Amino acid sequence: MQTPSLPATVTTPESRTLPTLATPLAGSPAAPPSRVSIEGTVVADRVYRAAIFGFALCVPILLLLIFVEVGVAGWPALRQFGFGFLTSSTWDPVAGQFGAAPAIAGTIITSIIALVIATPLALGGAIFLSDFAPSWVRQPLAFLIDLLAAVPSVVYGLWGVFFLLPLLREDVMPFLRDTLHLGATPFFRGPAYGPSVLAAGLILSIMVLPYIAAVSREVLMAVPRSQREAALALGATRWETITGAVIPFARSGIIGGVILGLGRALGETMAVTMVIGNRHELSASLFAPGYTMASLIANEFSEATNDVHLSALMAVGFVLLLITLVVNGIARWLVWQTGGSRS
Amino acid sequence: MQTRALQAYFGSTHAVRDVSLDFPANEVTAIIGPSGCGKSTLLRCLNRMHETIPLARVEGEVLFHGQNIYSPDVDPIALRRHVGMVFQRPTPFPTMSIRDNVAAGLRVQPGERLDRKQVDAIVEQALKQAALWDEVKDRLKGSATGISGGQQQRLCIARALATSPKVLLLDEPTASLDPLSTQKVEELVYELRKSMTVIIVTHNMQQAARVSDRTVFMLSGEMVETASTRVMFTTPSDPRTEAYITGRFG
Repeated sequence: MQTPSLPATVTTPESRTLPTLATPLAGSPAAPPSRVSIEGTVVADRVYRAAIFGFALCVPILLLLIFVEVGVAGWPALRQFGFGFLTSSTWDPVAGQFGAAPAIAGTIITSIIALVIATPLALGGAIFLSDFAPSWVRQPLAFLIDLLAAVPSVVYGLWGVFFLLPLLREDVMPFLRDTLHLGATPFFRGPAYGPSVLAAGLILSIMVLPYIAAVSREVLMAVPRSQREAALALGATRWETITGAVIPFARSGIIGGVILGLGRALGETMAVTMVIGNRHELSASLFAPGYTMASLIANEFSEATNDVHLSALMAVGFVLLLITLVVNGIARWLVWQTGGSRS
Repeated sequence: MQTRALQAYFGSTHAVRDVSLDFPANEVTAIIGPSGCGKSTLLRCLNRMHETIPLARVEGEVLFHGQNIYSPDVDPIALRRHVGMVFQRPTPFPTMSIRDNVAAGLRVQPGERLDRKQVDAIVEQALKQAALWDEVKDRLKGSATGISGGQQQRLCIARALATSPKVLLLDEPTASLDPLSTQKVEELVYELRKSMTVIIVTHNMQQAARVSDRTVFMLSGEMVETASTRVMFTTPSDPRTEAYITGRFG
C-alpha cells in the first residue's frame, strides 16, 4: 500500500505551489556575495603565479650570472692567447704561457670512454630490471644501483688509486697492448704507468652508470603494457618486443639519461684528478697520463698567484661550461629529432 | 578453433571456469557479458596472451587446427603469427610511420625477407582490407599517432591482417571509438569472415547482433549459453541470458 501513496502526493493541488519557489529566488539579494568570492580567487591565483614565475626565473638568471662572471674573469687570458688557448698544449705558469688543449681533449675523451662503457651496461641492466627480473630481485637490485650514485667521488678515487691503477698496470694494460696486439694501434701504446686517460674513463664509467641505469629503468617501466602486448600479439619474441617496441618508445627518455650521465662525466673532478696523472700532454694513447678541465682547475687554483694564471683557469672553466652547454644542446636536439614523431 | 574445459586464473582469482566452445571457421563469433565476466580473459587464452601477465595461468585445452596450443611443443610466438589480435584501445607504435606499423608484423615473421615492393604491396592490401587506404595513402610515411583514434584502430586491424592470420581476435575493438568509426570497424568485421575466423569480445549487444553469426554469453567466468546470434537474441534458452539481453542487468 506504500506505492499508491507516493504518486498521490505529487498530483495533489498543493504541489502546484512548487513553481512559485522560483519567484523569491530571482529577486533575492543572495547573488552579490558569490561574486566577491570569485574575485578573491583570481587575486590569490595571480600572486601565486607571479611567485612561482619568480622562482622559475631564478634558475636561468643564476646560470646567466655564472656564465657572465666566469667569462669576464677568463676574458684577459682568452684575449691574450686567442684561439691558441684552445689548440696549444703548452701550459707553463712560470713563463706565463697557457694552452688548454690537453685538458679539453682529456675531458672529452674520458667522457666518451665513460659513456661507451657505461651506456650498454646501464641499458642492459635497466632492461633486465624492467622486463625480466622477478619482483623480489627488482627492488634490491634497483636500490643497489641507486646506491652507486650516492658513493662520494673521493671514495671512487681512493678505490681507483689502490685497486684500479695496480690492476691496469699489472694486468689490463699489458693484456690489451701485448696479448691482444692492440699496441699496433696508436691508442694503446707506451709504458703502462697506471695513472692514465684510460683509468679516468673507466672510473667515470662506473660513476655515470647509476644515472643512466636509473633513468632508463624509469622510462622503460613507464612504457605502457599495451605497447608490449601489441608487439607480442604480432608474434614478436620477447627480445623483438623490447628492441622493436619498448626501446623505441622510451628512446628520448633513455637519451635523456645518457645526457645526465654525460654531464656528470664532463664535470667530475675529484676521482678523475686522483687517477688521470695530471700531465699537460696531448697523446693519442689512452695509456698516457692526461688532464681534464675540471681536475686542472681543482689542482692549480690554490697555486695561481698571478693574474694571468688565475684568468687562464677561469677561462678553462668558461670553456668547460660552454662545452657542457653545447653538448647538452646537441643532445636535446637529438632527442627532439628522434622522438619528435611522437608528440 | 575450440576450447575444452578451459580454466584461466589470475593468482587465486578464477576468471574463466570450465569453458568448452567451438568457434566455427569463417564465421564471426561474438562473446558478450557484463564487465569482469571473463570474456576478455577467454579471448586472451586463445593466442596465449593470458600467460604473459604475472601470476596468470591456464588449464584445459585450446585446439587450433586440431592441435592443442597448450601442449609443450607449441611455440606461443609461432602461434601468435597465425592468431592475430586487436585490443580495446588503439596501440600503434608511435615511433613508426603508418607504413612501418602495418609492416611491423612482417618483420618478425620467420623465413625469407620480403623486398620493399612486396612489403609495400602487402601494406596496401592490408590497409584496403581495413578500409583505411583511401584516408592514409598520401601519408604512409607520416606518424601513426597523427591520425584519429578511429583511424588508429583500423591501422591496428590492418597491422594484424598484414600477416594473414587464420583467426582474428578482437577485444572490444570499438570501445574507445566514435559511432562513425565504430560503424566502419563493424562493416570491416562483417567482410573479414570471408577469409578468416573472427572472434569479437563486446559489451555492446547491438554490435554483437549486427556483426556476428554466433554469440556466446558469459557470466562470472562461466559460459552460460551459446547459439546462433539470431536465436540468441530472439529466443534465448537460459533465463540469465534473457535477463541480460533485455537489459535487466549488466
